[in-house]
Amino acid sequence: MTRHVVASVAEIPSGGRKIVTVKGREIGIFRIGDDFHGLINRCPHQGAPLCTGEIVSRLVAPMPGDYRLTRPGEMIRCPWHCWEFDIRTGQSLCDPNSVQARAFDVAVEAGKTLVDGPFVAELVQVSVEETYVVVTL
Amino acid sequence: MVNFPAGRPPPGAIDCDIHPAVPSTRALLPYLDDYWREHILRRGLEQENLEASSYPANAAINGRPDWRLPSGPPGSSLAAMQTHLLDRLRPSYAICNVIHGAQVMLSEDLSAALCRAINNWIRAEWLDRDPRLRASIVVPPHSAELAVEEIERLAHDRRFVQVLLLSMAELPLGRRQNWPIYRAAAEHGLPIGIHAGSSFRHPPSAGGWPSYYLEDYVSQSQGFQASVNSLVSEGVFVKFPDLKVVLIESGVTWLPASLWRLDKTWRGVRAEVPWLEEQPTETVRRHVRLTLQPFDAPPAEPQLKKLLEQLGSDRMLLFSSDYPHWHYDGDDALPSGLPAELMQKICVENPLETYSRLTPADIKETPR
Ligand code: FES
Repeated sequence: MTRHVVASVAEIPSGGRKIVTVKGREIGIFRIGDDFHGLINRCPHQGAPLCTGEIVSRLVAPMPGDYRLTRPGEMIRCPWHCWEFDIRTGQSLCDPNSVQARAFDVAVEAGKTLVDGPFVAELVQVSVEETYVVVTL
Repeated sequence: MVNFPAGRPPPGAIDCDIHPAVPSTRALLPYLDDYWREHILRRGLEQENLEASSYPANAAINGRPDWRLPSGPPGSSLAAMQTHLLDRLRPSYAICNVIHGAQVMLSEDLSAALCRAINNWIRAEWLDRDPRLRASIVVPPHSAELAVEEIERLAHDRRFVQVLLLSMAELPLGRRQNWPIYRAAAEHGLPIGIHAGSSFRHPPSAGGWPSYYLEDYVSQSQGFQASVNSLVSEGVFVKFPDLKVVLIESGVTWLPASLWRLDKTWRGVRAEVPWLEEQPTETVRRHVRLTLQPFDAPPAEPQLKKLLEQLGSDRMLLFSSDYPHWHYDGDDALPSGLPAELMQKICVENPLETYSRLTPADIKETPR
């Protein structure tokens, strides 16, 4: 397992995303508030670039007509057939127990601690003053 | 366990679809309110038989040749029905579904008046005369308000076990205008029976009016698909979690493919109907039942086995003879090829589970 520095915190605003390649895998890095999450950029349905889809909310209705918008900005909708996935876990809404997009461990670390290594930073220049998004893979 | 010949339902079977026929509109006159009796007589409506048959009067399917009557439409004599069916197959219960022009009238009030008369008639001339008989409440389907009134009028009589609708009415069945009917039915433990048929003013095919009976009959399954899709999508089963729906004379083979399509499409457009939190197939398996005759069986037995697997539930099929319509000869009311282990479920357990007003206490395994 290696720590890969994939982005600086500053370059991804809340509600934003960045698609990066780590060890040949495309991973979508999403920022929800101050939390970062990583999802494979490949839809478990038929392989669409999942992380390029629209970031949406979770629409629910305990009863017909009783509409509620919940968890704004926490779902990603596949660009091909519109299945919805939970950005935090990769679980699909339609079949949460068996249809799941792979989620990756994503952490935020200070450049100060990173410079002691070991880490791989092919995508960003690490400086001690900044904080970074790190994927362990 | 008593042995019974293949094709014959086991003892205690519950026949979930038989069709007593109103012999003529004159027969309903004593059961009409004074006002509506006079209305009908002034218009001369008693001379019309107001039947709502989809088939030409002489079509073989309307009545098995050995069940035809010297006078009156097939199914219009209780004594004949007892001889032809009840005393031979000896079901513990048989559920009467009257299909009549009352259900398709444009005037909601006339429709309601005739439905009241039919319900009074079936109670006095059939239910009161044979303890094995049960009946569906016929209602004016185009007025939820009047339909609910009729359900409330009769619900105390537990021999009424279901509310009857037709699959193709003015609106898709799931629409909220119809919900008062479902609310009343659910409150009283009455399933909604959806019988094949329409108001005859909407084409039975989504593509318009067909030229031939062949197309018309086969297209009826579209009406059922639309009904199921509508009930599920509108969230009727979310709103009324205790409601059961029985598709009557729907055939069965179209259902698995229709559900695959429903599930698949739901995955992509789920957000539009956010009340549907589970795969539609799961909802349908819990809430929807289908009567057996006329069974659109696949040509070969292995295919039938596959079909039953695809249905994915052994609780969905309900035995029915569809008396007096001609789907079988002799007493072989069960289509061939059904696995023996399903018989008890189809004929007894599933109907009991569906129709909560039927009590197992009355079911005896009488040797023949
Ligand atoms: S590929 Fe993503 S929903 Fe089909």
